[in-house]
Amino acid sequence: MKDRYNEIVKKHTPKEDVLKNALLVFIYGGIIGAFSEFLLRCYVLWFNLPRKEAGIIVTLTFVVIASVLSALGIFDVCVNKLKSALLIPITGFAHSMTSAAMEYRKEGLVLGIGANIFKLAGTVILYGIVSVYVFGILRLIILGG
Amino acid sequence: MTKKFNNVYVADTYTIASIYEKNGPISNYFDLIYNKDFYYGTDTFEKAEEKMLSNSISKLINKVKLVDSDIDYVIAGDLENQIAASNYAMRDFNIPFLGIFSACATFAEGIYIGANFIEGKGCKRVIVSTSSHNMVAERQFRNPTEYGALKKKTTTLTSTGAASILLTSTKSNIKITSATAGIVQDKGISDVNNMGAVMAIAAADTIKRHLNDLHINADYYDLILTGDLGVYGKEILIEYLKESGIDISLNYDDCGLILYDRKKQPVYAGASGPCSSALVLCSYILNEMKQGKYKKVLVVPTGAIFSATRLFQKSSIPSIAHAIALEAI
Repeated sequence: MKDRYNEIVKKHTPKEDVLKNALLVFIYGGIIGAFSEFLLRCYVLWFNLPRKEAGIIVTLTFVVIASVLSALGIFDVCVNKLKSALLIPITGFAHSMTSAAMEYRKEGLVLGIGANIFKLAGTVILYGIVSVYVFGILRLIILGG
Repeated sequence: MTKKFNNVYVADTYTIASIYEKNGPISNYFDLIYNKDFYYGTDTFEKAEEKMLSNSISKLINKVKLVDSDIDYVIAGDLENQIAASNYAMRDFNIPFLGIFSACATFAEGIYIGANFIEGKGCKRVIVSTSSHNMVAERQFRNPTEYGALKKKTTTLTSTGAASILLTSTKSNIKITSATAGIVQDKGISDVNNMGAVMAIAAADTIKRHLNDLHINADYYDLILTGDLGVYGKEILIEYLKESGIDISLNYDDCGLILYDRKKQPVYAGASGPCSSALVLCSYILNEMKQGKYKKVLVVPTGAIFSATRLFQKSSIPSIAHAIALEAI
């Protein structure tokens, strides 16, 4: 009967709307991308900065926006509507750290926030650094630096 | 194993519910609703759950005009690690305490144990309690509460609240007639976002054994209730039992679908948590039984009894279901 039960389970498990969600993420992610480009050009114009440095400030702007929205309890509601469009950019990273910090503040600064702030983001940092090393070495071998 | 009872009755209940439950269809039936926030006048979610559980017990004792020393045992459990809400709440009472855990089937396990105590004439009054808190469960089993993770359609929403029931040997209008203890089931499913599929098999097994042991058909009961299978788990249970020759399609519902309105509330597949079945049974169902809408009711709360550590070690999720039969007299 084990197989039969699993067949019934499969039959009554709804499919996720992958295509619809992907389209949503494409559109909203695109809008966020377009907005950041707009912001980038503004920063270049306003502060007379080179494009590269203005880019860093754009990133910081998004981190601040995401953190403030998380603190106000708006970000997770938006994720429900806009799906991964909000999680894939740097906003998702900022959100994961802010929400963890908020969550563990009652356990204190060291054992709470300190020990848990990277609970979700730690994986991204670890494998981000590892992949930077790997690709750095590959680039050195293939392109010679 | 199914035990029959001759002198176990429900004296009274006390239910405390929160925001989502207030917006649900049966909000008029709760004794107390605290819908200001999830803190219940404390500074952390864990303390809020403890206080709700403690209040549900003390307010129940007040409601029936008794004192601590009149109660022989409190049997309670919850979803927190080390059943913390129950253990900490019981500091407020001078009553012998037995802590139990069957995840979301905890309430039924408590009633099973309490009813056996009373039937064996070991004691006169037992309070069975349980609680769950949406934010505590999110934090313990999933992500930080403010983290906006994407959710699957089969996800259920942990209910927030506490419920206590006083079982007694003194005759009342609701009798506990029999109870069946669950056998742990595992069909190899490890998807934490599809608990209905994990637990439907436990409900199926317990219902089958209950009906067999008592030599009755499913239509003996006016209503068969599972605890928190959700809309998809409900479909699985109906179809699986139908293939075993048991038709429950006409007199079966799930507490997770009674507590919340899926069409109006963002609750995905329905409610979950020990409180899902406890709140619905102690408020709406018992009230309807007293009004005469249902005479015989079988409640089968299901629990996914898993550990997050074992889940990461790639173990599948075991489940259990205990059945409690009630009758209005």
